[in-house]
Amino acid sequence: MTASALEIRALRKQFGGLPAVDGVDLRVPAGDRRLILGPNGAGKTTLFSLITGELKPSAGTIRLFGDDITGIAPYDCARRGLARTYQILTLFPRNTLRENVVLALLGLSPLRLDPLTPLARRRELAERALETLRLVGLERLADRPLAATAYGEKRRLEIALALAQQPRLLLLDEPLAGLSREERRDLQTLIESIPRSITIVLIEHDMDTALSLADSITVMQHGRVLVEGTRAAVVADPRVREVYLVG
Amino acid sequence: MSRLALVGLGLLLALPLVIEAPYYTDTASQILIAAVFAASLNLLVGYGGLVSLGHAAYLGTAAYLTAYLSVTVGLGHGTAIVLALLATAAMAAAFGLLALRASGIGFLMITLALGQTLWGVAYRWVGVTGGDNGIVGVTRPAPFGLDLSAPKPFYACVLIGFLIAMAAIAAFVRSGLGASLMGSRDQPRRMRMLGHNVWLVQWISFVLAGFWAAVAGIGFVYYHAFVSPHVLALTNSAEVLLMVIAGGAGTLLGPLVGAALVVILKNVVSAYVVRWMMLLGLVFLAIVVFMPEGLAPGARALLGRLRARPTARE
Repeated sequence: MTASALEIRALRKQFGGLPAVDGVDLRVPAGDRRLILGPNGAGKTTLFSLITGELKPSAGTIRLFGDDITGIAPYDCARRGLARTYQILTLFPRNTLRENVVLALLGLSPLRLDPLTPLARRRELAERALETLRLVGLERLADRPLAATAYGEKRRLEIALALAQQPRLLLLDEPLAGLSREERRDLQTLIESIPRSITIVLIEHDMDTALSLADSITVMQHGRVLVEGTRAAVVADPRVREVYLVG
Repeated sequence: MSRLALVGLGLLLALPLVIEAPYYTDTASQILIAAVFAASLNLLVGYGGLVSLGHAAYLGTAAYLTAYLSVTVGLGHGTAIVLALLATAAMAAAFGLLALRASGIGFLMITLALGQTLWGVAYRWVGVTGGDNGIVGVTRPAPFGLDLSAPKPFYACVLIGFLIAMAAIAAFVRSGLGASLMGSRDQPRRMRMLGHNVWLVQWISFVLAGFWAAVAGIGFVYYHAFVSPHVLALTNSAEVLLMVIAGGAGTLLGPLVGAALVVILKNVVSAYVVRWMMLLGLVFLAIVVFMPEGLAPGARALLGRLRARPTARE
């Protein structure tokens, strides 16, 4: 049996009386590319926030490579090899692209609590930031302020920040949102180039691109898992057609 | 900052050591003490995005403790200063645990409440604080035989303290902890997901801000040779916040500029203008309207525009 990168059991999250995630079971094998599909309000982003500890679950368990991470703080999740990107860009607007990545590298370094050593003296951080930017094709813009950077490049930077953390599990929340067809194609190539040592769980509405990226698919509706399986099985499932046709 | 500006600032800081009028040397001492106080608050407001309205608590507590320990208890100045700094930092650590349970307006209200509580204690605990009369009779120390009772040696001592504080704060801003604090100000959610314990980063910064305010409190009590509940009053917390905002929050030079502005308006202009408070209000209004980012960054931007103008014509 393949080791699970992520194993979720009976996960629930209620806001007031409304269940946003309602008894989700999910198992993602290591190295998998899992696509989470579902209409708006299906609970996909809430599921991500529960996995990362940004929201506390009402019930259920979450295991990351066998370790119980249910309800632990996001910074602790990050240090255990979990990284995520956001549907709405969440970058550092006053900094350059390199400084954005340095903040990501700093998160896993003891330097983050050092009040005296100037960061500029730590050349290895700047060099590693440049290497990460090279991975996403942004090294030539390393010293450009974020405010002067195009939207498509910011989307790449979101992924760069996550990759800088050297994650074992990467959660991508609509990484292609708002991009042109060319930009989507380029970003798809970038995501495909991420090594299999990093397991990816992806939320995406661009079906053509998303289906070509995924090994397996989980479809959610009303906070529950509706269907799970291979691309072919899920696409052929009449319940999925009904969800997407009826809404 | 360019080398030329740095040399100019150095000369300006050295000027009170050579001018003869003690009044101006004393005013310069007050400016530097206020600048350390403002720079300490700037750590929270400018770099941390945490607007505190109770920062006088740390300046006032250190001032009271130094006065109490040296005058009432009779300890030596060195011991009194060290104990006052340690106790104030410990108090900041405890206050940080309470205040950082909230952010934004909640944080502001908790800091305000804590500051007002201390002000009330200073008024009511007459046996220790002297109540409304405060503690009088604080004498200045004489380190290595150097008598600090005259304005110039005292200014030299304050200048050394100011330079140490500014160097430490500048190092903090450029350090990993400084970067973590600024990142937590701009994107706390992302910072958590990048492995930063945002609460811990803010708490350590809160304690450091309290410590540097305590350093300013030591300078304050030795300058005035007296401490009363006024030092803990809300007006003192509001005034230092105005210094930070007027000078330029989130800049190293801003607190010094803001402190100079407020102290000069308060000490010098009030001698000539009866309604100087009104003038102070108008000056702040003008800063907010014409240089909302503060005087230091505003002046820099203005200089940049003036320099760029001839090039644009070419």
